[in-house]
Amino acid sequence: MTSWIDMTFVLVVVVNLFLLASSRLGAVIRAVALQGALLSALALLLASPAHAVGHVLLVAGGALVIKAFFIPWLMFRAIREAAIRREVEPIVGFVPSLLLGGAGIALAFAFSRGLPLPAPEMHTFLVPTALSTVWTGLLLVVSRKKAVTQALGFLVLENGVFIFGLLLTDFMPVMVEAGVLLDLLAAVFVMGIVIFHINREFASLDTDALASLKD
Amino acid sequence: MVLRAFFQVSLLLLAPPLLVGIVNRVKALFAGRRGPPLLQAYYDLAKLLRKGAVFSRTTTWVFRAGPAIGLAAVFLSGLLLPLGGERALVSFRGDFLLLAYLLALGRFFTALAALDTGSSFEGMGAAREVSFASIAEPALFLCFVVLARATGTLSLSGMLGAGLGAAWRESAPALLLAGIALFVVALAENARIPVDDPNTHLELTMIHEVMVLDHSGPDLALILYGASMKLFLFGAVVVRLALGGLPPASASLAGAAFLAGLGLFAAVVGVTESVMARLRLTRVPQMLVGASVLSTFALVLLLR
Amino acid sequence: MTAGLALSAVALATSSGLFGLLLRRRPALGQRLTCAAMCVAAVLGAGASARVLWGSGGFAIRLPWHEPLASLALRLDPLSALFLVPILAVPALGSIYGLSYWPQAELGWKAVRLQLFFGLVTGAMALVLLADNALLFLVGWEVMAVAGFALVRGDDERPEALRASWVYLAAAHVGAFALLALFSIVGGARGSFDFAEWKGLPAAGGASLYALALVGFGLKAGLVPLHFWLPGAHAAAPSHVSAVMSGVLLKTGIYGLLRTLGFFDAPPASWGLVLLALGAISGVLGVGVALAQHDLKRLLAYHSVENIGIIAMGAGIALVGRSRGDAALVALGLAGGLLHVVNHALFKSLLFLGAGSVQHAAGTRDLEHLGGLARAMPFTSFFFLVGAAAISGLPPLNGFASEWLIAVGSLTGLDLPRGDRVAYVALAAPVLAFIGGLAAACFAKVHGTAFLGNARSSKASRAHESPAPMIFPMAVLAAACLAIGLGPSLLLPALARVSSDWAGLPASQTLAASAVGSAGWVGGMAAALLLAAGLLALGRTRLLRGRATPPGETWGCGYSAPSARMEYTGSSFAQILVEGFRWVLLPRVELSHPRGLFPRSARFRTDVPDVVLDRAIEPAVQACETAARGLRGLAPGRIHFYAVLVLAALVALLCWRFLWW
Repeated sequence: MTSWIDMTFVLVVVVNLFLLASSRLGAVIRAVALQGALLSALALLLASPAHAVGHVLLVAGGALVIKAFFIPWLMFRAIREAAIRREVEPIVGFVPSLLLGGAGIALAFAFSRGLPLPAPEMHTFLVPTALSTVWTGLLLVVSRKKAVTQALGFLVLENGVFIFGLLLTDFMPVMVEAGVLLDLLAAVFVMGIVIFHINREFASLDTDALASLKD
Repeated sequence: MVLRAFFQVSLLLLAPPLLVGIVNRVKALFAGRRGPPLLQAYYDLAKLLRKGAVFSRTTTWVFRAGPAIGLAAVFLSGLLLPLGGERALVSFRGDFLLLAYLLALGRFFTALAALDTGSSFEGMGAAREVSFASIAEPALFLCFVVLARATGTLSLSGMLGAGLGAAWRESAPALLLAGIALFVVALAENARIPVDDPNTHLELTMIHEVMVLDHSGPDLALILYGASMKLFLFGAVVVRLALGGLPPASASLAGAAFLAGLGLFAAVVGVTESVMARLRLTRVPQMLVGASVLSTFALVLLLR
Repeated sequence: MTAGLALSAVALATSSGLFGLLLRRRPALGQRLTCAAMCVAAVLGAGASARVLWGSGGFAIRLPWHEPLASLALRLDPLSALFLVPILAVPALGSIYGLSYWPQAELGWKAVRLQLFFGLVTGAMALVLLADNALLFLVGWEVMAVAGFALVRGDDERPEALRASWVYLAAAHVGAFALLALFSIVGGARGSFDFAEWKGLPAAGGASLYALALVGFGLKAGLVPLHFWLPGAHAAAPSHVSAVMSGVLLKTGIYGLLRTLGFFDAPPASWGLVLLALGAISGVLGVGVALAQHDLKRLLAYHSVENIGIIAMGAGIALVGRSRGDAALVALGLAGGLLHVVNHALFKSLLFLGAGSVQHAAGTRDLEHLGGLARAMPFTSFFFLVGAAAISGLPPLNGFASEWLIAVGSLTGLDLPRGDRVAYVALAAPVLAFIGGLAAACFAKVHGTAFLGNARSSKASRAHESPAPMIFPMAVLAAACLAIGLGPSLLLPALARVSSDWAGLPASQTLAASAVGSAGWVGGMAAALLLAAGLLALGRTRLLRGRATPPGETWGCGYSAPSARMEYTGSSFAQILVEGFRWVLLPRVELSHPRGLFPRSARFRTDVPDVVLDRAIEPAVQACETAARGLRGLAPGRIHFYAVLVLAALVALLCWRFLWW
């Protein structure tokens, strides 16, 4: 049983690496959807008999519906409206971002044992996976030029925070977790609106063009 | 002992062209054709060995020596491999380093032979080959290091031998990642799609094929045979890694499983070549760096 | 006996230039006697080292001297003995090379001066190895630097040679300054300047000493980012001087670093990891920048940076092992590093001598104007190929043996338990593989562009083979490369002795046996490789006998008149990799586009200057110069002003003394 959880964590990290390396927007959105599904599976797998069944099912179900189906559907609509299929060469190239991501993941896994945590660790891979996902999300937000990819980077960042949240399922009331998911939804809605406006104004989703608004 | 050595060497010498035949047959089936007979590679080699050769006036002894050195290097690497879980003919601590560097030696002389012709096509192919190989080397090494850490030995016979079962039970995710990275490196080193198309006829798109454009006759036979032996080498490592997780069986059963696995490996390569398109040349380093990062991640999982 | 051999070798080498000086009227005889003196010195030195490494052990003598702090203390222990062999052998071979390359009969005073300083630099390097006293060490260091400066400068009035020699001198003195600081601190703490008193130095609080050692010795050895003086100096000097500088002068920096680290009692693992990281960065960046060069000697100089990086990696692994008391890490890492010291001296000198032959024959060092030299210069081309394969670390030659040892050393880190951070030294092996792959790519480019294919300029097409005195040293070096490649297990016992002596750890018996066994297999496979390749080539020739093998033209895709301009150039060959390294190489591009419908001309040129020198040091020096020029306004030039300044300083010092101190 433990090896399935191992495999799921490892798969989450592999999806992170794929996100850093891929330039096809359709594949990236599907990968983020996959990551959302993996996260809901993790919520189920990490549940222990001490947790309330309803709580666990709510968290897992909510994550599945929102992260794996609803938000990717919104993203697909966004790229269909803007008619873009590929990311252009990002500010940090694909190979350097892959190397930076890999380095961050390696450091997270190598040094996470020494971190002081408030709650007993449920699984040794949990904290480093969460850190790696947050790092990947940050890299995507910082280095990509298309607004859609930056929005996806924000999603990945939230995924990382969600994994951290799994650590605290004992203490976190349902309200706080639902609040996190709602916050995510609202942020994505706002980003969708911004993407629509960027596209309408510049006929492209290149965020470099935003700099010309300065004048 | 002598019988085992005889079997290993004869497998190493006789089996490789059959793998190439399986790959080509699978590709033809995917394309809706019947395809060449499975033993076609043997017929081609026999035909080439009977022919004369044309040597360009620009070339020197390096051109004539390249194929021989390449094949010698690949053959000696084959002696280092444990086939089917048995001990290899030559095994010592750190032998996988010798294997990787022997392959590098073959590549070095093939590139020099290509540059010897003074042709822009061969120069281009040689440039691409050595550049991609220098990025594939660390990925190959990292896969071996993961295997070494998982099994606790530094010799190929130990890494791909009896200790692999216990290693799979303890560190399955890491070995799986290393296996995937190893498969990607195998595709790159053997000039298969998605890195290079062995069937293309446009010199500008070739990598490996164009390096050997001017070789003819017995030299070309040595090169083709060496290339098939290299595919066999990588196939043996990947198959042994995959089969190592299964419970140990009798020697003959393990050997039969190994041979079947090799055939399956060739078929998988054929399927990969048929369903994937060739990557743009600028994307090949990204793929290889991705393989390196995957195996580094596997190593960190084992070291933490 | 050992002392006599070693000291006479040093004296003979130092004074070898005098033959040329005294016999100015018989220049050929004078140069030959100089050369003979160097060779005899090399043989004597080899004898002394062999006695130390395989026999009775070293010597330590102390001669009376009346200086207050210095003493004429000399010691030949296994570490020095190992370094002594290449330090005496390479200049000897270089002086044989100089018989035809820099003949006294034609060049007169230039050759006499070069031979004098050649002998002097050899003697100074040997003195650095033998010195057992810090001040004696520094004397040798300084003479080495100044003699090196004179050798690089020569009589060359070209601006880049002048600039290179001044940068070299400045860098050497900054390093010497750091060493002076280091030795003063330690000598003050220990109360004596004899190295014998310095053993057992506590490592706690020694981080600043380690930093000083890294700066001082790193500047001499050429660790990134302190390598900036290397390319210019090694490219500007005559080829046999470059061979000595690249092959052995850099190693004195490594020797000094190892010697200093040997004083410390229990250095923490972080020191070793720092050295390993610096070595890895030097290795990767050295070969990356080398790929972009098209000047043959500059390219070889950058490869020296790469190989010093590899040696530093081995030393770093050994240092990590020393902090853990792990005999395996120490033995393998140090054995690999030291073997690479010897190997690099051999194949780098071979390559530089080959570059000199190329320059002598074709009149240019620029790869883009060479090509097709293998037909005119078969021997030089063959030996250069041996050197190229050796430096790429390919079996069956010596480069593979030392890189294999370092890689196996780093992989012994995998035996450590989970959670032990030191196990990450195992990542050094893939880095070595990366460096090796890039080096192989670079030397495929060099050999292919310079020797193979068609000549790219008229000068290259008129090349001729070098005379025998220039080929003989190359043959000797190539044979040595092959010999070490075929028999690394023979050298392992001596190397193990050096590492156990340096680390103070007893040489582990089981380790030595297994390492020697594996090294024996490596040598055996090397021999098998040669045999297999030979048999295959023979078989193929047999097959083709009696069959038609008409000559033809190279396939040009149907184009039947291929010319040299259609050949792939060296820069194009390296372009894929140089693009990947663009963010660190920062190439300068001069481009003038073709304009209009019928463009008359267009121009494209890329150049990769040294990043550290041109982007960091030069601007810093310019800024200092500008600041200094601004300060000059404060000095009006009248004597009264200066006198007032002196008076004010005195008054300030008196106030400080009486009021605050």
